Amino acid sequence: MNIYKYASPASFYPLAGKAWPFFAVIAAILVAIGLYISFFVAPTDFQQGEVYRVIFIHVPAAWMGMFIYLVMAGYGILALSFNTRLAAMMMEALAPTGAMFTALALWTGALWGKPTWGAYWVWDARMTSTLILLFLYVGYIALNNAIEDRRRADKACALLVIVGSINVPIIYFSVKWWNTLHQGSSISPVMAPKMAAIMVNGMLIMTLACWMYSIAVALVRVRAIIAEREAGAEWLTRSKA
Amino acid sequence: MSRAAVAGVHSLSVAGLSLSRGPRRLFSDLAWRLDSGHALILRGANGSGKTTLLRVLAGLTASDSGSVKWDDLQWTPLCAGQRAATLYLGHINALKDELTAAENLTEALSFDGLAVTDSAQRAALDRVGLSGRHDLLARRLSQGQKRRIGLARLSLSEKPLWLLDEPTNALDAEGAALFSDLVDEHLNRGGMACIATHLPLALAGRTRELSMGTTIQ
Amino acid sequence: MNTIAAESLSAAETSPERAVWLTAARDLRLGLRSRAELIQALVFLVVVVSLFPLAIGPETALLKRIAAGVVWVAALLSVLLTLPRLFAADHADGTLEQLVLSPYPLPLIGAGKILAHWLTTGLPLSLIAPLLGLQFGLGADELVVLMASLMLGTPVLSMIGAIGAALTLGVRGGSILMALLVLPLYIPVLIFGAGAVEQVMASIDYSANLSLLGAGLLMGALSAPFAVAAALRISLD
Repeated sequence: MNIYKYASPASFYPLAGKAWPFFAVIAAILVAIGLYISFFVAPTDFQQGEVYRVIFIHVPAAWMGMFIYLVMAGYGILALSFNTRLAAMMMEALAPTGAMFTALALWTGALWGKPTWGAYWVWDARMTSTLILLFLYVGYIALNNAIEDRRRADKACALLVIVGSINVPIIYFSVKWWNTLHQGSSISPVMAPKMAAIMVNGMLIMTLACWMYSIAVALVRVRAIIAEREAGAEWLTRSKA
Repeated sequence: MSRAAVAGVHSLSVAGLSLSRGPRRLFSDLAWRLDSGHALILRGANGSGKTTLLRVLAGLTASDSGSVKWDDLQWTPLCAGQRAATLYLGHINALKDELTAAENLTEALSFDGLAVTDSAQRAALDRVGLSGRHDLLARRLSQGQKRRIGLARLSLSEKPLWLLDEPTNALDAEGAALFSDLVDEHLNRGGMACIATHLPLALAGRTRELSMGTTIQ
Repeated sequence: MNTIAAESLSAAETSPERAVWLTAARDLRLGLRSRAELIQALVFLVVVVSLFPLAIGPETALLKRIAAGVVWVAALLSVLLTLPRLFAADHADGTLEQLVLSPYPLPLIGAGKILAHWLTTGLPLSLIAPLLGLQFGLGADELVVLMASLMLGTPVLSMIGAIGAALTLGVRGGSILMALLVLPLYIPVLIFGAGAVEQVMASIDYSANLSLLGAGLLMGALSAPFAVAAALRISLD
């Protein structure tokens, strides 16, 4: 089987159509297990009570926000090096999901912060870095929407995401430094270093669930993008969408 | 005009060239070959892809597929060879309003990689009908006069391939005749040209026409 | 009979340093012909900085506390304001394409433009910043570090900004969009730059900040021209 034939949107379209339900089902199962663990199996934390359970969404969301941006950068490199349209389309398909997870991480972080530390937002290093990541996502989406010519948009966004991903470690490092300089209010809601194994497993399962969900959603979205761009192409009207 | 022949005999060939802008296919599987001493005239309605084709030949725009070859060696967009061989005059006059006509010409020549003496530049400006206007700021020149600065640039050019987009726009009959003379001289010296125009062009040299906006050529 | 005395530019004349300098000189010459624009960034800086005491009150201790941050943010915004003209004018009149088609390598053209931009925005801002710092009650040590941090940081702002300006060339909503893209990337420079002044105020060793800014400057100088060149090709497509 020649795997490269799937680099063409026309061949990838039906493949994505067949694949996404599998990922969706796996995601649903994992979410069910993860939520069960988070609500019923994981013990009550003696310091933070029941509220801490939000980490089962907060941490996976934060990880996914970060991870998806890196995957987008990978697709960006592919798009610029090999001039493939599909790589750029996948990058475009992932952006909204990445932004959503980042926003979700910020929101759940605030929900966690209020009962635990008395404030919805404390300018700690991780949350501030996550906020900046959200700005990067919003910038990407804005650039993509502003450029009308799709080819130029693809390449410009690919370059933007590559430059952005190189800067992400720099941004994180600088924010961490900034945070240590201005001590004061900078205690971030973290779990005690030794977390019960079941909590770690719960977070891992939820992360995996978010990952499967992201793949499913990206595949559905990329089908829509392909259909939009190739509108009028013969193969599209032939296939049973 | 005693000028050296354009160095060498060259050929420009295009194969399988396709480009779409969104849903519109501008050209598809274009293939032709141009040799030294010949000119290709691109004709077609507005939006038929003439400008885009010229930009692909200049390296500014990348085609979706296909290749542009100079002497049978493929050009990657904006490679050094491509930039060295082509002179591209676009639809808009590439002029800075804040510079004088003479300064604009000097700048344009440096973009062409040429260092030309002052007297030669003034002579060129005089030839194209801009005598007495050398030191006028470009913003004070009429459209036709601005176009003529481009003609001065052509008259001093050493480049083998000229890519010209609507060169006689805004030129009066005298200017258009001057332009034809310049192109004829260029072709006689062994140069070649691709000219997109919807106006009549009186060239003595060997020309071919390509109609854009129809299907496969 | 006219013998055209034309000769191709020799290799020496298209050497890297010369390419950078020629492009920078071109921009500077053009900038001098429209002098008003050059002053604008400086005036903007002074006005914005003056807004803060008006908004917060003239209490000396407070102003001294926020001085570094205010001057740095205002400098950042001033640089942002001037970025669009880096490429927009040349793009609009067609000379940018001619530059791109010239024998000068595109990254060097980008470097030359960044250099000219810094000479007309970042450098004057750095030189005038101590005066503004005085208004906020900063001491001599702090003023020196403020100027040093701006000298090291503003070139990086020009570099990152040039990438943003090149990417958004000719796009509708250009300026705000460019600001949105570029500001998150400015944050590390802002943190280390303003942080250096904070540290000298707290009598802590600030050399690490300046070193980091210097490292950023070096990294930027080596990589930004290539990113700008790539962005220009994409935008001219």
